Amino acid sequence: MRFTGHLDLHRTWERTFRRAGLPIAYSQGFHPQPRINLAAALPLGFTSECELADVWLETEVPVEKVKESLDTAVPPGLIVTGVEIINQHAPTLQTQVVASEYFVTLLDSTQDLDKRIESIIGSADLHRERRGKDYDLRPLILDMHRLPDDEEGRSRISMKLAAEPGATGRPEEVLGQMDITPEAAKVHRKRIIFGVQGEGQSRAGT
Amino acid sequence: MVTPETIKSKLERILPTVQKPGRYTGGELNQVVKSWENISTRVALVFPDIYDLGMSNLGLAILYDLVNKRDDALAERAYTPNPDMELAMRQAGIPLYSLETMHPLSDFDIIGFSLPYETLYTNTINALDLAGIPLFSAERTEIDPLVIAGGHAAFNPEPMHAFIDAFVIGEGEDVIQEIIDVYKGWKGCGAPRRELLRALSRLWGVYVPALYEAHYLADGTFSRIEKLEEEAPLPILKRIVPILPPPPTRFIVPYIETVHNRIPVEIMRGCTRGCRFCHAGMITRPVRERPVEEVVDALEDALESTGFEEIGLLSLSSSDYTNIVDLVNAVAKRFSGKHLGISLPSLRIESMSVDLMDALKGNRHGGFTLAPEAATERMREIINKPVSTQQLLDVAREIYSHGWTTIKLYFMIGHPSETLEDVQAIADLCKAVLAEGQKVIGGRAKVNAGVSTFVPKPHTPFQWVPCDTREQVLAKQALLRRVLDHKNIKFSWVKPEDTMLEAWLSRGDRRMAEVIYLAWKKGAKFDAWGDKLNYSAWMDAFAAVGLDPAFYTHRPRQLDENFPWDHISSSVRKKFLTEDFMWSLRGKIRIDCRQRCFACGVLPTFSDLRRETPADAWKCPEVKRRTVIPVETVASPE
Repeated sequence: MRFTGHLDLHRTWERTFRRAGLPIAYSQGFHPQPRINLAAALPLGFTSECELADVWLETEVPVEKVKESLDTAVPPGLIVTGVEIINQHAPTLQTQVVASEYFVTLLDSTQDLDKRIESIIGSADLHRERRGKDYDLRPLILDMHRLPDDEEGRSRISMKLAAEPGATGRPEEVLGQMDITPEAAKVHRKRIIFGVQGEGQSRAGT
Repeated sequence: MVTPETIKSKLERILPTVQKPGRYTGGELNQVVKSWENISTRVALVFPDIYDLGMSNLGLAILYDLVNKRDDALAERAYTPNPDMELAMRQAGIPLYSLETMHPLSDFDIIGFSLPYETLYTNTINALDLAGIPLFSAERTEIDPLVIAGGHAAFNPEPMHAFIDAFVIGEGEDVIQEIIDVYKGWKGCGAPRRELLRALSRLWGVYVPALYEAHYLADGTFSRIEKLEEEAPLPILKRIVPILPPPPTRFIVPYIETVHNRIPVEIMRGCTRGCRFCHAGMITRPVRERPVEEVVDALEDALESTGFEEIGLLSLSSSDYTNIVDLVNAVAKRFSGKHLGISLPSLRIESMSVDLMDALKGNRHGGFTLAPEAATERMREIINKPVSTQQLLDVAREIYSHGWTTIKLYFMIGHPSETLEDVQAIADLCKAVLAEGQKVIGGRAKVNAGVSTFVPKPHTPFQWVPCDTREQVLAKQALLRRVLDHKNIKFSWVKPEDTMLEAWLSRGDRRMAEVIYLAWKKGAKFDAWGDKLNYSAWMDAFAAVGLDPAFYTHRPRQLDENFPWDHISSSVRKKFLTEDFMWSLRGKIRIDCRQRCFACGVLPTFSDLRRETPADAWKCPEVKRRTVIPVETVASPE
């Protein structure tokens, strides 16, 4: 499941609603699309426990019924943690996301991990290049600290990174800055932080 | 020893580094995971190309469903990894593994390859190599899996004879069960592997190449096949199921995008049209249809268990399905308001009706496909696809008036006796179709012209004819590119190198096995992907083996020549194919055999089966019951 990309996840939710027999609404036009909005794209390979989606249904269905039906229809790897009804005119989820908090588990033991974290926190700027563009990673890192090791003794780090249009902090970039290759880490999204009071019509976690 | 656990832990590091890692994880909805320890016969079903293609293969989906319904067997899936993943697997020492339980393929009892087309041969060898299974059948011992293969390409199994222990010729639904039973009886009884092969060869539809030897004449042509064991069957008759069993409905739902991401339901098997170039049309007889109700019910089940948003009603010629309009209307009615896309490929120009277009109108995206195959009436008579140009233009106009803006036209170049005038006519016809569209919808009308190159196939009336040379193909394509230069006509073609490879392999003999092996050794794989085809590896392999590729492709064959695939019987007789070939030389057409039986050989071959099958189950005429008077009624009671 964690290797399902954003668009494919969208498709997976559409099929889940169809299997659940819930009357998902489709857009008008020549190529009707299911009206599902995911709050923030989860990069390939990441796991998460806090994904949010707005989903429009054609008719009103009691929330308990929506939850029950989804529970029987979700594919392996998806768990619906909660469902609530929101105002039709609530602003879209994407526009309200300001940051994400990630828990990163390092598969290999890393020397001087605390020092590497401190050095990042202590920097005034961290210029990096991504897809040919130069940018400053430092202001995108809102918080970063070590977590207790996991039961297998592997080091863990918490990172709170900005996630606004045009200013998205990426865990793999932070790891890169610490000289850790992305495939030597497992990244889990712990929390999506909303600027205004954000509510999803249907809330689901992976 | 490599275990699923070691594979899983190594994958942790590798998957984030490869393209589309979702191909290699399994875990999709509706996959079947059974208890490995408690099941005696374990089958790996392999499509020797990437996941994206293999997941759309209906044949394997049917077998997966059937094998997993047994309590004493399990079936799991494997696909060829993309080259980036293959490299990573080889570096990390990960063998080819199954997606369900991550067991190495060498841990399975039976490996079943799907071989729908010839350009998968090098990938098949590569998959065996990646699995650490001996490549040559002769080198496998009692501890190695049984390697079987089936699919349309298996109707000429000879080029792959050295690598496959047993081929399934024909339909797999029943024989897969018998193969598992035979395997189960042999496993653990201590008998040598040869005994297993002997027992398999006694099953209807199974061909074990090791029990035969091929002989050639001094001029290099095929002479005859010799049985090495008294009991080996000759000829080997294809397997069929008398009535199509209920279609599978619990399809695996991939997390990632695949080629045909939809519910496939086969509405009909076989085709009565008799196009002379068509391999499938000859080898899948007799025609059997599924009842409308059965199709609609299956769709309902499948939609519930998968949530797919598109269905495909599949057959070789869907508009020939007896109740096609009823079927499409029934589907539209049952699933109205469900935002369901219906795809109905393979529509015949002459059986297309306005009613059918009305019924399909709700699904207009993606263009409407017609396959005239040739552009002059003369040529269409030779290939036995007799539709008049006027008919085609009438249908095209209706399609545009029904709201479609793009018509896709499929043609082939390289038909027997084709001239440059016939090729020019393809361009003229595309323009004529476009002109019809412009009359109806003006500048929005478009034509996509897909022009492939004809490859003569075994078991067809064209099995005798030479294939165009590379130079001929290039000249014809250059002509088309020049004359099809129009902003609303999109022209696509097949590279002649791809065509040559398919042509060598299609009518190859046992000696080709060494060429395939050497080509693979020299780096050939993914031959079906034009961009990955390694032509020089193939040419080098031919040179090393001392065979001339032109012998297989460009040589006209004598009418009385024995072919390397003659011992495989599709039930359509060589005598019939010969006659049909002669007819083609005179431009004589053969009408749809639903109208009239031409005695191709299906009925005499399967006369007993036909008698036992209800009249409407086959589109072949009924066979008279033998009048046997029971003895009791004759003898007068005391």
